[in-house]
Amino acid sequence: MAINWFKYSAPTTFYGLAGKLIPWFALSAAILFVVGLYIGFAVAPADAQQGEFYRIIFIHVPSSILSMFLYLIMAGYAALGLIFNTRLSAMMATAIAPTGALFAFISLWTGALWGKPMWGAWWVWDARLTSELILLFLYLGFIALHASIDDPRRADRASALLAIVGSVNVPIIYFSVKWWNTLHQGSTIKFTGTSMHVAMQQAMFTMLVACWLYAIAVVLARVRSIILERERNTVWISELSEVRS
Amino acid sequence: MLEVSNLACSRGDHRLFSGLSFALHPGQIMQVQGANGSGKTSLLRTLCGFMMPDEGEIAWRGERIRDLDEEYYAEMLYLGHLNAIKDELSALENLRISAGLSGIDLDEKEALAALRRMGLRGRERLPAKVLSQGQRRRVALARLLTSDAGLWILDEPLTALDVGAVALMQELVAEHLARQGMVIFTTHQPLQVAGVEMCSLSLS
Amino acid sequence: MLDLLVLVIRRDLVLAMRRRADVLTTLIFFVMVVSLFPLGVGPEMGMLRKMAPGVLWVAALLSSMLSLGRLFSTDYLDGTLEQMMLVPQSLSMLVLGKMAAHWMVSGLPLVLMAPVLGLQFDMQAQALGVLILGLLLGTPVLSMIGAIGAALTLGLRGGGVLLSLLVLPLCIPVLIFGTGAVEAVSTGLSVTSHLSLLGAMLVFALVSTPWVTAQALRISME
Repeated sequence: MAINWFKYSAPTTFYGLAGKLIPWFALSAAILFVVGLYIGFAVAPADAQQGEFYRIIFIHVPSSILSMFLYLIMAGYAALGLIFNTRLSAMMATAIAPTGALFAFISLWTGALWGKPMWGAWWVWDARLTSELILLFLYLGFIALHASIDDPRRADRASALLAIVGSVNVPIIYFSVKWWNTLHQGSTIKFTGTSMHVAMQQAMFTMLVACWLYAIAVVLARVRSIILERERNTVWISELSEVRS
Repeated sequence: MLEVSNLACSRGDHRLFSGLSFALHPGQIMQVQGANGSGKTSLLRTLCGFMMPDEGEIAWRGERIRDLDEEYYAEMLYLGHLNAIKDELSALENLRISAGLSGIDLDEKEALAALRRMGLRGRERLPAKVLSQGQRRRVALARLLTSDAGLWILDEPLTALDVGAVALMQELVAEHLARQGMVIFTTHQPLQVAGVEMCSLSLS
Repeated sequence: MLDLLVLVIRRDLVLAMRRRADVLTTLIFFVMVVSLFPLGVGPEMGMLRKMAPGVLWVAALLSSMLSLGRLFSTDYLDGTLEQMMLVPQSLSMLVLGKMAAHWMVSGLPLVLMAPVLGLQFDMQAQALGVLILGLLLGTPVLSMIGAIGAALTLGLRGGGVLLSLLVLPLCIPVLIFGTGAVEAVSTGLSVTSHLSLLGAMLVFALVSTPWVTAQALRISME
């Protein structure tokens, strides 16, 4: 059966579809968060070297992964919007940015909390932590550029170009920061990964899936409000039951 | 020949015009009319390719201007609200540089002749910042004399011009039309060109 | 195509010469920022020598941000940029010309000034030589990356601050390898690898940024 994907790329149909999907994503995210945190904090054993402190990785690692992937997805949507001139892609890119920035921020915050007991310093110029900080700057640049342009079309297109330039730069930045780090022989966060307990793996995986579901739910909700704002003058919006009431 | 079919443009949320179609043939002149804010400037900027239309096509000699891009730019000349004149440069330098940008190597003699015809004798080498508004407009209009573009897109060419300059402008347009050129322009002042029927396009 | 490049570079240089104050302020800013560091951290020579490449690079980065705001905005305000968008040749080539002129006016003077400032920090001749070479390769990249930001923020309120926010993170690799090269001298490591990476960035920027900036200008002119 052929699904007409283009049908769902129109804001009109996507608005309704997103509305139906959000509760499912949100609910499953909430359940998995509870399960993941339970396994992570109650079932998984304390680490041989790091004691109880290591448990913050159940939040730190998924948010780091999400912050990086969301940037790539955002740049992908931005590129789609720029090339095919589809409105929805640009809206998706705009909607992803705050969530990505949030995850980058959480990743830095939890990294600092983890670093204090581990190295005795809140901030260590570790390659991954530094790249994460730069990633947060890239997100903030995207959001700031979009916010300071009044014309929505120019805002979409200009920030899309910035996201693409940023995504080309991300590997270069990561590589150069890593090089810089080895040159200065700073401490690098090392994982005792090979000996990870099964319960730790389960907790990590559950939390990762939960974060994905949360991100999807939040992005869809944000896209819906962007659609409402952008298309407020159209007929189909004024006929929506939630708008009329 | 310039052909516009089913063109629609908007500024922000606001739809300026839609379903606009017209054609401009060699030797024809068209005045775009409409109240302030009706989208005259937006139409001209869309014809230049600065703005992307929401709908519709613009074709030059049967090909879309998006596809032609630089080939189209070689055959058109746009004069906007702004004069595109650098205060720090003299009238002569300004004219030679803008001709250079449109790919024409203008020597000093030709440039001086064009400026003198525009009534700027004795002011060719003064920095543009000491010129009056009308004189700066004349420097900008001198580009019409040095260009071999077939299509002129003029946005309010008569602003700040005195009676003599308006007459001169009418002469230039008449010469251009006689060479089978095309002109599309906006104005709030009357522009009469002897012996030519003026097409008119009104936006509302 | 080359005619256009030469024309634009000459035009922008003539304009810069007639507005000499703008060029000088960038240079004075650079000298001042660099000279403030010893006042902030103390005159201990060993430390200053170690800090010198970083200080000079960061100062160069900041002063090039300062002048980037003017790269397109003056042409935008008087309508010249509109005419430039309509060049019948490649817009990328024109943009490359503007980038080159920007570097000659705001990057090159910094490079020429750097040896004098390096002496303030008691840098050794060899380290100084590598620093200059690094700046020579790296500052054009700053102008080119900066041009993308300048084109995207054209005509926006608070464009200057926004420009720095967009461009500075993208310039980090240049900063790292520029300072890394000088440090490699003192630690006895190979300098060429750093410099060749800077060179590679320069080539990559030369190939890609003019086109990207041209697209950014088209977006901003709409």
